Amino acid sequence: MSNAPPLLQVKNLRVEFPTRRGTLVALDDVSFDIAPGEVLGVVGESGAGKSMTGAAIIGLLEPPGRIARGEILLNGRRIDNLRYEEMRRIRGKEIGAIFQDPLTTLNPLYTVGRQLVETMTTHLPIGPAEARKRAIGWLEMVGIPAAAQRIDSYPHEFSGGMRQRVVIALALCAEPRLIVADEPTTALDVSIQAQVIALLKTLAREKGTAMMLVTHDMGVIAETADRVAVMYAGRIAEIGPVREVVKHANHPYSEGLMASIPPLDRRVERLAQIDGAMPRLSAIPRGCAYNPRCPQVFDKCRALRPDLINAGTTQAACWLYDTETARD
Amino acid sequence: MTDATPMFEARDLTRHFDVSRPLLQRMVAREGRRILRAVDGVSFAIPRGTTLSLVGESGCGKSTVARLSVGLYGPTAGSVIFDGRDLAQARAMADQRRRMQMIFQDPYASLNPRWRVADIIAEPIRAFGLVQTRGEQELRVAELLTQVGLSPLDGQKFPHEFSGGQRQRISIARALSSNPEFLVCDEPTSALDVSVQAQILNLMKELQQRLGLTYLFISHNLAVVRQVSDRIGVMYLGRLAELSPAESLFRRPRHPYTRALMEAIPDLDMTGRERIPVGGEVPSPISPPSGCAFHPRCPLANDRCKMERPDLKPAGDAMVACHAVEEGRDDAMPLPAIARDAA
Repeated sequence: MSNAPPLLQVKNLRVEFPTRRGTLVALDDVSFDIAPGEVLGVVGESGAGKSMTGAAIIGLLEPPGRIARGEILLNGRRIDNLRYEEMRRIRGKEIGAIFQDPLTTLNPLYTVGRQLVETMTTHLPIGPAEARKRAIGWLEMVGIPAAAQRIDSYPHEFSGGMRQRVVIALALCAEPRLIVADEPTTALDVSIQAQVIALLKTLAREKGTAMMLVTHDMGVIAETADRVAVMYAGRIAEIGPVREVVKHANHPYSEGLMASIPPLDRRVERLAQIDGAMPRLSAIPRGCAYNPRCPQVFDKCRALRPDLINAGTTQAACWLYDTETARD
Repeated sequence: MTDATPMFEARDLTRHFDVSRPLLQRMVAREGRRILRAVDGVSFAIPRGTTLSLVGESGCGKSTVARLSVGLYGPTAGSVIFDGRDLAQARAMADQRRRMQMIFQDPYASLNPRWRVADIIAEPIRAFGLVQTRGEQELRVAELLTQVGLSPLDGQKFPHEFSGGQRQRISIARALSSNPEFLVCDEPTSALDVSVQAQILNLMKELQQRLGLTYLFISHNLAVVRQVSDRIGVMYLGRLAELSPAESLFRRPRHPYTRALMEAIPDLDMTGRERIPVGGEVPSPISPPSGCAFHPRCPLANDRCKMERPDLKPAGDAMVACHAVEEGRDDAMPLPAIARDAA
């Protein structure tokens, strides 16, 4: 990694959901950075807090969810405490968002061209004619054939894969410095998935755009990300370079997660599995949240919650890597 | 395999859906009927105690085959043979009907939220009159819950108290409650996280060995399919592109579409190889391309492929519907990396 100052800094982020039966902590003490041009993959099982982290960054937490503690900085400037209007300007201009379902992102009543042009004239100092020219350019860049004609089509006239390309063009057209992509390829078929991933990768590389890529598909992460954060029960269990986390995970959870992916290159009699399920937010165990499922659990794990500590190649929130811990 | 009759057989199975607009609108717009050919002449057999998987992208017709297989849809043409009998006859007899069950993709939608788990599991037992007394029924439900790795006490709970993986275990227990021999599993793990997916796949394999079950397994995930299948059918636009023993499919995929699918899967080993994505998208099954439906995306397509629809023909130990393979032109397309590594 270069020594460029981080573009995005998330510091000790805590997100709470007040409910009648008490406060649920959805994210607890989550910290990470993303450098310009870097792709950070965020993985974990459903309910781990991956999407919640993305939503908090783009300021779209669903009420009553709120940031209770911590800071989010974009280019050194705090963005977690901005007013709605200010945040709206940053979204689109500086942060682009890509969601799983392209149909809900696009306005069905406007042509894709109008949506692209509007986004650009709002955020960039250009007129409608120039914006339209650029819009065609963007559609070409994301691989939409006959872009000059297709620009006046409505979203429903595109197939699923093409629609997701339009969403990507829309997220990129104001040339944001950060893209938050939440399961961008999950709704797509594998053959289309590969096309979209290749596209995102090229764009990040060419434009120097930083990206937070949220997905549960480890294959996508392995192909695209520079670093990976593995989340479990609202916290980061492990974070490190993609190769280390995928191939030599240090945290027992990441290790179990990777091992349970069915291999494509051979048949195994019995797949490695993690017994049990992730705890609900209302019943997160004391100590390390993973301790009831962990094959290497010991007393300290049941009593004290580990923070991210240096585990050699990665950082892991696990007492196994605590030098103070005397184990026997 | 002591009994030579396959447990299940699809013969030239076809299912069309009429997706025309209403008559008046059709007359005004002067357009004809629109027929969606979801499944178009699919044939395969599943020997007892084995698993056949159907893979393909969305819209290829694999789920329609699943529904045809248990009689949730009737075929437009062709037939489904269950244990030597036409399904239409078999469904008419309760003792045949109980021998086949289905597991669905979404464990949140397929369990009645108002029923206790014990009642959900006991429903087929009651419907088929498999036990005489209430006590026997309770005993059987407890046994089923244990069999799928849950506690007999869980029977008193409601579905919302369980996670996705546990719900899928409940679906499996319900499917097993009528002592079926044949299970149709439509994407049983697609809605689950990977760690839980492994639990369910392991459970299904275990149950197959213990109870001698025959599976028709539907999935879009080739890695999952490799773990569970004896044979694999690759579907494209309502037809079988390739039907092959599982291991040979991965060692030597023959149909260009199969190769393209394997090439498109993200590489977890991070060898850094550049993958060649398949160009284009799955065409609409309402107006499929002429000749071989894959020809607009196929690097090996020639004039014959555009004109003439290929049928499944033997190629090695597999059956392949491809003119290029038949003519020996397929060497022009490299094997996907997975197969190359194995060789």
